[in-house]
Amino acid sequence: MPQGDYIEQHRKRYGYRLDHHERLRKKEARAAHKHSTMAQKSLGIKGKMIAKKNYAEKALMKKTLKMHEESSSRRKADENVQEGAVPAYLLDREETTRAKVLSNTIKQKRKEKAGKWEVPLPKVRPVAEDEMFRVIRSGKRKTKQWKRMVTKATFVGPAFTRKPPKYERFIRPSGLRFTKAHVTHPELKCTFCLEIIGVKKNPNGPMYTSLGVMTRGTIIEVNVSELGLVTPAGKVVWGKYAQVTNNPENDGCINAVLLV
Amino acid sequence: MTMDTVDAGMGKTVMCLLTDPEGTNLGSAMYIPQNAGPLQLTQLVNKFLDNEEMLPYSFYVSDEELLVPVGTYLEKNKVSVEKVLTIVYQQQAVFRIRPVNRCSQTIAGHEEAVLCVSFSPDGKQLASGSGDTTVRLWDLYTETPLFTCKGHKNWVLTVAWSPDAKHLVSGSKSGEICCWNPKKGELEGSPLTGHKKWITGISWEPVHLSSPCRRFVTSSKDGDARIWDITLKKSIICLSGHTLAVTCVKWGGDGIIYTGSQDCTIKMWETTQGKLIRELKGHGHWINSLALSTEYVLRTGAFDHTGRQYPPNEEKQKALERYNKAKGDAPERLVSGSDDFTMFLWEPSVSKQSKKRLTGHQQLVNHVYFSPDGKWIASASFDKSVRLWNGVTGQFVTTFRGHVGPVYQISWSADSRLLLSGSKDSTLKIWEIRTKSLKQDLPGHADEVFAVDWSPDGEKVVSGGKDRVLKLWKG
Repeated sequence: MPQGDYIEQHRKRYGYRLDHHERLRKKEARAAHKHSTMAQKSLGIKGKMIAKKNYAEKALMKKTLKMHEESSSRRKADENVQEGAVPAYLLDREETTRAKVLSNTIKQKRKEKAGKWEVPLPKVRPVAEDEMFRVIRSGKRKTKQWKRMVTKATFVGPAFTRKPPKYERFIRPSGLRFTKAHVTHPELKCTFCLEIIGVKKNPNGPMYTSLGVMTRGTIIEVNVSELGLVTPAGKVVWGKYAQVTNNPENDGCINAVLLV
Repeated sequence: MTMDTVDAGMGKTVMCLLTDPEGTNLGSAMYIPQNAGPLQLTQLVNKFLDNEEMLPYSFYVSDEELLVPVGTYLEKNKVSVEKVLTIVYQQQAVFRIRPVNRCSQTIAGHEEAVLCVSFSPDGKQLASGSGDTTVRLWDLYTETPLFTCKGHKNWVLTVAWSPDAKHLVSGSKSGEICCWNPKKGELEGSPLTGHKKWITGISWEPVHLSSPCRRFVTSSKDGDARIWDITLKKSIICLSGHTLAVTCVKWGGDGIIYTGSQDCTIKMWETTQGKLIRELKGHGHWINSLALSTEYVLRTGAFDHTGRQYPPNEEKQKALERYNKAKGDAPERLVSGSDDFTMFLWEPSVSKQSKKRLTGHQQLVNHVYFSPDGKWIASASFDKSVRLWNGVTGQFVTTFRGHVGPVYQISWSADSRLLLSGSKDSTLKIWEIRTKSLKQDLPGHADEVFAVDWSPDGEKVVSGGKDRVLKLWKG
């Protein structure tokens, strides 16, 4: 490519050759043949690159031609048969898709037989005792150290009454007591705020289960009557297990995932 | 002393006046012993009316049913013995339907969700339409599939039998209507086109207006209703006027077509020229469902619970008899259920003002249905309850709670004593009208129940839903 305007200057001063335009036209006409001889003769990597470029151009051309062809003929839009058939009274309504009730009891029965439960978080970081409890000093000289205060979220049931303070070994502060959990249904991907019925198992030990401590990975039982689930036998399901997925003592709320 | 013996002999009595539902008195006020229960009162009424056979009656005192002896009722409600007690008697159906309680068969066959099911008016055949674009006919005696009718291009949304059980028509999501021969399971002619969007409802012309059955009307989302002739295989009249989708259409016994639409109005059309007669306004949101007080009789035509077949010329006569009996002296009543959580009771031939507004539901009303004898109205709603209303006055009677998901469809038994409801929670429930409580719970479906139907002879119930199987239930 010229680095400067000397070609243009010459053209302005002296004009074009007499046959310039003719030659240009003929050269451009021959360009297609030249391109094709080059494409056929080239060997090696160069040949491959030319072939690839040619193919891409051909595909694009075909697409544009098809597009133009389509618009010329008028046709009623082909309605494909879609999945998820609903009756006429539900057609204009948007409804969230429901997970099939079928999966519930049969799968649960199989799991119970096996004795194993598939949980979303199989391994959790173990929580040490000194992290879980804080030592409370008591007594006139504050020398007695037998009381412990729980520093993690807990669930106490509605009929809970404290033991007499003098004999209470484990203190569960009311600020860390929770009654509701935000439970996500893994298939529907929506979250509900459901009441906790009880703590089923805390992976850190049976003592924490009995205290009702909820840390990450704890299995809790929640009240799902809001979801309207029914077993194939026709009974209404009102309690289901869920696993805690966050650290409630840091966030101030309990997030859990429903075990279906 | 004399007084005592008289008292002991006669027992305590109360002055009663028996009246029929329309208000005419049966005889004059008379003394009835206080230990007279519904049985004794039935005998009395039968004697007064000179009935040849003992017909069953139910008795109501101030809108409450009388189930115990009169004396007990008086004590409970502390009604004074001095005043004349008015007892309204109502005839009940002579036959009694046995409630279904078991699933006799689960028939698979459809490849997609079952969207609509319908028994033929004589109760001998069963058709179902599904999302896999086929209509299937099922054999009721062996409880197996009979024919698979292919011809639709998209989901089959509604099926309807002609009242003489000779034709079956189905409408699909692509706006086509196919006529089938139920004996062979074949398509009769080619699909009828005309509607531009999906078909929401089909209703046949009653047998007592024209026999054999030729005409039916279909409603569609494109805003019109069309009257078709099955022998000419084309659309005769197009009833356009609605601005939004027409959600339901019913052909009334007096030859008027009622269409309910999403534009919150109900329009009445006359059938010879397709002219608009009247427009019923009042609802605040979409109208989901319409029901006529004589609907059951119009659907079953000349067939009744005895299962007798009539030759074609007698059919019209018999159907007219049944229609007049069901209608009585009162004009035909219409009830409409809407998305605005209320229903309206209309007497369309009398006035364009609604007779009563039935409120109480907390979610949209999806399906309304008059009982076969026209005495009750049942409404199914997305608030998980089914409500029962008085069919004549529109007074609220009771709520049936038990479902845990929105209730989609309801169906009455032929004797009006039992009501069936199918819901999104995959169960069906049978409710008893006399005790106003749950009679039977029918679980078993794996997913939502979209369509339910009770056969006109009362023997079987069929239900179909999202789990793609058809369940037949028997008593």
